[in-house]
Formats: sequence, structure tokens, C-alpha cells
Amino acid sequence: MPQTPMADRPLLKIEDVEIAFSSPDEADIVAVRQVDLALSPGKTLCLVGESGCGKSVTARAVLHLNDQNAVIGRGRILFSPPGEETVDIAALKSDSLALRKIRGNQIAMIFQEPMSSLSPVHTVGDQIDEMITLHEGLKPREARERTVSLLDQVGVPGPHERANSYPFQLSGGLRQRAMIAMALACKPALLIADEPTTALDMTTQAQILDLLKELQEDYGMAMLFITHDLGVVAEIADEVAVMYLGDVVEQGDVFDVFRAPRHPYTQALMRSIPTIARKKERQRLSPIKGTVPSAKDRPEGCSFTSRCPYAFEPCAGTKPDRTPVGNHVARCHLLTEGARKAEVPA
Amino acid sequence: MLRFLVGRLISIVLTVWAISFVAFAIIQLPPGDYLTAYMAELSAQGERVSPAELEALRRQYSLGDPFLVQYWKWISGILAHGDFGSSFEWKRPVTELIWGRLGNSILLEGLAVLVMWLVALPIGIYAAVRKYSLGDYLATVFGFLGLAVPNFLFALVLMYLTYVWFGTTLGGLFSPAFERAHWSLPRLWDFLTYAWAPIIVLATAGTAQLIRIMRANLLDELKKPYVTTARSKGLPEWKVIVKYPVRVALNPLVSTIGWLLPTLVSSSVIVSVVMNLPTAGPLLLRSLTSQDMYLAGTIIMLLGVLTVIGTLISDLILAWLDPRIRHGGAR
Repeated sequence: MPQTPMADRPLLKIEDVEIAFSSPDEADIVAVRQVDLALSPGKTLCLVGESGCGKSVTARAVLHLNDQNAVIGRGRILFSPPGEETVDIAALKSDSLALRKIRGNQIAMIFQEPMSSLSPVHTVGDQIDEMITLHEGLKPREARERTVSLLDQVGVPGPHERANSYPFQLSGGLRQRAMIAMALACKPALLIADEPTTALDMTTQAQILDLLKELQEDYGMAMLFITHDLGVVAEIADEVAVMYLGDVVEQGDVFDVFRAPRHPYTQALMRSIPTIARKKERQRLSPIKGTVPSAKDRPEGCSFTSRCPYAFEPCAGTKPDRTPVGNHVARCHLLTEGARKAEVPA
Repeated sequence: MLRFLVGRLISIVLTVWAISFVAFAIIQLPPGDYLTAYMAELSAQGERVSPAELEALRRQYSLGDPFLVQYWKWISGILAHGDFGSSFEWKRPVTELIWGRLGNSILLEGLAVLVMWLVALPIGIYAAVRKYSLGDYLATVFGFLGLAVPNFLFALVLMYLTYVWFGTTLGGLFSPAFERAHWSLPRLWDFLTYAWAPIIVLATAGTAQLIRIMRANLLDELKKPYVTTARSKGLPEWKVIVKYPVRVALNPLVSTIGWLLPTLVSSSVIVSVVMNLPTAGPLLLRSLTSQDMYLAGTIIMLLGVLTVIGTLISDLILAWLDPRIRHGGAR
């Protein structure tokens, strides 16, 4: 994978991670089969894919926020905060002091539903104060001052009064801004955003994306952004990783991937975006055939095999390797063996 | 908030008035009156009362008046000088009879409720957080045992065991020396040495129910996204649980405080009879069988008033705990 020089080591490196959910009366379900990601300060990596592809599970695994029956079966999550030793988060215990010092403090997270993700019985200010007093040991009054200035910074009007409001008294956009203020309270090195704009209307969505980009510049933090919306990816990402059924099928520079997708799944995704065109130039949208199989029925090889129009012998049985294509990488047999057959449309 | 309170006070006055009317109507429902019951008792003992004598008595107690007139006499007496009428059977004013016993009831049931909450809430929280663990199953088994064993049976077993093991008899709430004394530290101590047994008996059944409710409420809340948010902040796990989902799961429980007290008073009648407790329950039972109407009516009405006040208190606590109710804007 063409990476920037060794000098700026990645802030977070997810290496070969597998996440399985165990259940008492069924075989384990491997929700995430193999993920490799790297995040650098000041950059945004977008993790895209449809519901159930494991993008949220991957992101939550970074802070051990999945349900108790989720196990990181293999791989490492290496976190290297500036000026500190590298830690393998995957090896930390879920309620350990080491992990709790990272949570909120160095890696913060914002969630999809700003209503249900904030406690209904505590004021917005209390919930932000808590983060500051917890990690920086400030007195309540000092914490509240910081909270008010944070709320001001994320564009909440009347931050003094809003700090004393309860989540249900705020609009969806304001709630998400409060959530962002909370996540930024301790100046994290990495912000994980799990579909932060999905529950918002289009205008608010654009405002929140702009705000996140602006704050990223101010704070110089890395951002791991989960979404299923390719429009949002185009708006915010530096790099993109496309996931399908627990596998990262294609990843790399966002312009490169969008311009020349090489994995059949990515190509199919791009074709299913509606575009505005004159009547005579309009084309029918081509949906991806079939439905996503359950993780239990996933073939040993490439997980897209059952729906891929180009599938051939090795696909079902052998897992494709990461193959460099242009400025990014993809996992597809067509790019190695299939190159001879020359039937991959560019 | 003030408007809420004033509105509630007005509706309380109306409710209490309605309760007093219904209570008085209920005790008039059975055929006959105190005198017919009294007559039956006398003739069972072989004595005879002449019809003229009976008529005189009936006029004296104004039992022959129409219902509304009787009700008016009773309620105006209460409103004008706090006179709840006299008990036929005890030949004493109702107020004199009731206050001590009702006080005992409230004290005893209040302590039982306290024990119930103190025992049930931590167990309920544990059972929810460690769902399907050994502890959860144990709590469930013992909880259902407590629910299934009738209170009076448990009381009998407890009395038997303390007699066999310690040679003491359980019963009553005070030793004879303190029976009529004023409250003081020694009397409180005396009370506790007697009251622990009925408190345990009364608390067991409710505890089981409370554990189940707390467990179910908390299981719902534990899955909510705000719990994940709290965890992602870096809080220790116990603090995540206690500060957020437990706090929200308590709200539905708080709203039940109101009717807990009267339920306990009426459900504890048998226990009180078995353990010979000077509480309001047995007094109510006895006054109902002998159609001692003013006494029965007053107890029923006061239980109603207790419910109303309890509901108001739990509403106030709820409003204080839950901003969604306080600000009336839950979505």
C-alpha cells in the first residue's frame, strides 16, 4: 500500500482485525473478517458500506464499545498518540484504566442519533462538564466555562442558556453540535464519527459536515468517519475504505477510488448513485442484483462472489490479496488472474 | 410548576370528597346496620332485646335517618371540629382509636417499603447487568419463592423458628412496659426488637416484584445509545451504569410509591392478625364485620386520603427526577 514516508507514523493502525459475535445457541458470527486501516493526523478516512457490512462494528471496536459478546479474534489496533508509546488497544481490557484514559480523552466518538445518544435526564452542559472533570480534573465551575466556550465554538447560539437545557429541548442539529462539543472537550487526537449526519435533514447535514471539517483544521485531529452515503464521502474524505460483508474490498485515496473503482462492488455502488441529467441523457439506475447474504453464508473467498457479475473459479474458494491498482488497493481476483482474461471494465 | 401544584391541590380536594362519599356508601351497603349485627350477637348468647328498646337505640344513633342525612351529619362533624363520629363497639370517639394504630401502620409499612427498596434495587441492578449469570438465577429463584409463599405462612414459620431456636415469642410491636409510653430512644429500641419480624415478612413479597421490575426496566435502558456514549467518555463501568441507565430506570418505580402504602396496609391484615400487631388492618377488619360504620368509614377514607397524598408525593418526586415531565416536553 503506497503510504506516506515512515516519518509521520500513522496515529491509528488497524491490522488484520477480525471481530466475531458469540451467542449461546448458535455458531459465532464473524461480523468483520479482515480489516486493515491506517489513520494520520489531520486526515479523514471514510468507511463506507451498506447496513450490516461491519463498518460500525469496526469503528466501535477501536474503543471496545461493541456488545459484551463481541470478541476481537485476531489482529491489532495500534494507537500511537503524539509523543507517547504505541498501545495495542485490541489487547486492553474493556473496563481497564488504560482504556478509560484513551476513551473520550484521546479518542472521542460521536454517534448517529443525537437524541438517544444523550442522556434524557441530564442537561447538555452537565454531560459535557463530566468529560472535562473526568479527564482533566477541573473544578465544576472551570469545566462549565470550557463547556460554554465549546458550545459557542460549535455554533450553538446562546451557549450559556443552552448548557442548562435538556436534550429534548434542542433541535436535532443543535443536539448533534452539543455532541460534537462533548467529543472535542478534551482535544482528542482521533475523532470517530459513526454516521453523525444520517439522522439529520439535508441542510443541517451540510452544516454539520462543514463544522467537522473546520474543527478538524483547528484541532489537527484524525477522523474516522462512518457513512453509507457516497455524497458525504465525496464531501469530507481524504481516503476511503469500502466494506462489504466484513471485508474491506477497496481502499485508498478518495479521488482515485471514485474516479477509477476497480472492485466490482465499488463499481456497482458508483453506478447506483442517481445523477441529475437532461432527459435524453438520463440512464436507468442499475441496482446491485440480489441481496446481501448473511455472514453465515459468506463464501470462504471473496464475500461479493454471490452477487458479482464477473465471478469465476477462484472467487468462492480463495481470498483475494490486496492488489495495488493505480494509487489505491483492491481485493479482487480479476486484478491478478483476471487481468489475463481482460474483462474488467475500467 | 406552581400552576401544576395548584391544579393538583384542587383535584385532590375533589377526589378526597368523592372518596369520603364512596367510603360512607360502601359501609352502608351490607343489609342491616350495627344494631342488627349487635342483636344477632346478643341472641346468640341467649339474651333478648325488646323491639321498643331497639327502636330507642336506633333513634339515639340516628340510624333510621336517610343516607344523605347521615352522611351530612358525619362529614359536617369532620369538617367543623375534626369529629369522625364514635365507634359503636368501643364506645369511644373514632379519632381516639385510630391515630395510634394508623401511626403504627404507617411506621411499620414505611419501614417495610424502605427495606424492600434497599434490598431489591441493588439485586435488581445486579441481575440486569449480569443477565443470565448464576447471581441472576439465584435472585430470580429466591425472588419467586418470596412472591409465592403467603405472608401469613411466612410469619407463622418465622414465629415457630424463633420460638424453637431462641425461646422467645414474636408478636405485638412493643413490650408491655412501653405499650403506652411516649416515643423515646429506649422505646424506639424496644419497637425495633419487636418490629424486625413483621418488617421482614411484609417486605419479602414486595421485594421479589421490585427486583423483577427493576431488572426489566434496567435491561431496556442498558441497550440505549446514551449508555454507549457514557462509556465512550471513559467513565468507569459502575459509574456508567449507576449515573445513567439506573437513574432513568428508577423513574417508573418512583411513580408507584403512591399506591404502595395503602396496598401494604390492606394486604398486611392477615399478618397483623397472626402476629398480633396493633395496626390499622385488624381494626378495619373487625369494624367491617360488626358494621361499626363510623370507624370503618373513617379508616377506608383515611386510606384513600393516604393514596391521594402518596400519589402527589410520587408525582412531585418524579417531576424532580425527570426533566421531561418537569418541562412537559417529552417527545
